[in-house]
Amino acid sequence: MTIQNNKNKLVCLIFASIILILFMGMGIVLGYTNTSINTVIHAFTDFNGSNEHIIIREVRLTRSFIASAVGACLAMAGVIMQSLTKNPLASPSILGVNAGAGFAVVVAVTFFNISNLQAFSWISFTGAAVAAVSVYIIGTAGREGLTPMKLTLAGAAMAALFASFTKGLLVLNEAALEQVLFWLAGSVAGRDLEILTSVLPYMVVGWVIAIFIAPKMNVLSMGDDLATGLGLKTGLLKLIAGLVVIFLAGSAVAVAGPVGFIGIIIPHIARKIIGVDHRWLIPFSGLLGGILLVAADIGARYVMMPQEVPVGVMTAVIGTPFFIFIARRGFDQ
Amino acid sequence: MRQYKSFRLFKGKISFLMDSRAVAITAVLMILTVAMIVGSTALGDMKINPLTIIHVLFGGGTELERLVVLDFRMPRIIVALFVGMSLAVAGGILQGIIRNPLASPDIIGITGGAGAFVVGFLAIFSTETDNTLTVSIGWLPVAAFIGATITAFLVYLLAWRGGVSPVRLVLIGIGISALMQAFTTMVMILGPIYRASQANIWITGTVNGSSWEDVAVLVPWAVLLLIVALMSARKVNVQELGDDLAAGIGSRVQLQRFFLLLVSTGLVGIAVAFAGGIGFVGLMAPHMARRLVGSAFGALLPASAFIGGMLVLLADLIGRTVFLPLEIPAGVFTAAIGAPYFIYLLFRTRNI
Repeated sequence: MTIQNNKNKLVCLIFASIILILFMGMGIVLGYTNTSINTVIHAFTDFNGSNEHIIIREVRLTRSFIASAVGACLAMAGVIMQSLTKNPLASPSILGVNAGAGFAVVVAVTFFNISNLQAFSWISFTGAAVAAVSVYIIGTAGREGLTPMKLTLAGAAMAALFASFTKGLLVLNEAALEQVLFWLAGSVAGRDLEILTSVLPYMVVGWVIAIFIAPKMNVLSMGDDLATGLGLKTGLLKLIAGLVVIFLAGSAVAVAGPVGFIGIIIPHIARKIIGVDHRWLIPFSGLLGGILLVAADIGARYVMMPQEVPVGVMTAVIGTPFFIFIARRGFDQ
Repeated sequence: MRQYKSFRLFKGKISFLMDSRAVAITAVLMILTVAMIVGSTALGDMKINPLTIIHVLFGGGTELERLVVLDFRMPRIIVALFVGMSLAVAGGILQGIIRNPLASPDIIGITGGAGAFVVGFLAIFSTETDNTLTVSIGWLPVAAFIGATITAFLVYLLAWRGGVSPVRLVLIGIGISALMQAFTTMVMILGPIYRASQANIWITGTVNGSSWEDVAVLVPWAVLLLIVALMSARKVNVQELGDDLAAGIGSRVQLQRFFLLLVSTGLVGIAVAFAGGIGFVGLMAPHMARRLVGSAFGALLPASAFIGGMLVLLADLIGRTVFLPLEIPAGVFTAAIGAPYFIYLLFRTRNI
């Protein structure tokens, strides 16, 4: 079922882009407040200040952009993490990004009484970056530098450490639990466009570098020794790849909170469809990640209207059946 | 040059190889565990002399000392010990059959399934007005155990396609685990905050309030399954070689894989039933053990068991002593004390 030739892969990529745009459009049209495509068009061409128009321009448009950007970041970071650790179970959270962000936010809520989403954004980005850098340093320590095994184990241990601090604070402070429970489940609702625009530069830099290092990631996936033998500066490449993951996953968690799952399953789904060549895999995963998160966000509005479900819950609900189907088709080894 | 010792019992039905250094280290771990049991019994809100404890165990001591030692501390210490051992051994076996260092009871969905059933249980049987349940809280472990087993079987069935490959098993496990967590989060967010808080304590994992009734159910099963696990160490060694090689040296790969999964599910099931979703132990205790005694499972499993037992014991000790009068769930501290030690081990043994 994997696509073999480049022409078809390009078609596949374009097809995915169209689906993403379609879903983003649906994300703008569909929701609790009844609107039609005409209303949406009018909201942009002929804005009259009505409730529907404001919702479309201020709320849903932003949400669609945020969901697609965050989904793309997580999926691309996931591909890079899985190549870097050579482990199909790796995801950006293995670098401690989510655990670090969660810890930073809970500390902010508990000790500094901060509770607005704007502040959560940079706090979680800082937390994610600190955690990821510490994991990277621990993984690199020792004679032979960063090995996949050490990175994986250091990451898993550090993530557990931060998660346990978070749990401890939440057990002690029930009020904080109430405040951050929704944030900890991950959501793209209620974010201003400024939250996205403030991290967008990091995201864009991450996307560009990720695509730029894709050919080199192909070489790296053959193994460290072979890659070094072929003249690749593996240490430098791993450092850049690590930074890209921090940029992508850090800004994703800053905008939407810890949305798990996308970073781990989308790379597998993408790999089954478009193959293991990172030059195709990285952009394609990005598109698929965007599609899944936008779709999940639309679903999140409908499951229990008018109450919203955290988008992290919906990604699991929508993504799992598809993922299990894909997993059953392959991986026979 | 290491000296290897081989153990062959029952005409080779049970056999494993241990090098003598590993035997020595395991012995040290065992002594440490015993010391920690005694120390843990002595410490707490009321400090008791270790000699008095021995006295109490043989029927002496004052009324109060007997109450504290026998009724409050001993049950939870025993539960903590066996829960830690079960989780660690289950994690070790899972890492062996899945051949992935990130494999753990959490990642293949067993813990997540138990968690989902527990929040479901709390939501269905709680009264809407206050924090009480319509049925006995004694059914909670049953719900957790059922959740763990059902999820494990579901993952296994979905991964079955003329056999179960490790990668497929673990990927489907991740999917199911995510679904279960999604359900858990939903119930927690929709319900009142006290229920979320109650569920959060369960998910974190605690041995607080363990009684002798818990011990009476947990210990026989844990001992039985731990012995079975230890006897199967050789099978795990073979599984770790990969399917082709394992089949080549005459092992019934799928049957043994099913059997080993059954054993680890049982171990995790009873552990989460009595202590909730204590994390880190199942994932990291085997890695710690591997750095101390090497990766042959005959030595690895007992060492993991002691490390796991000590981790939960120590975590519970810290949870009930350091922040007095507050009681912190043990699950908070397993990673807090385990992770730094593991990172130290990672630094020390660089060749991996």
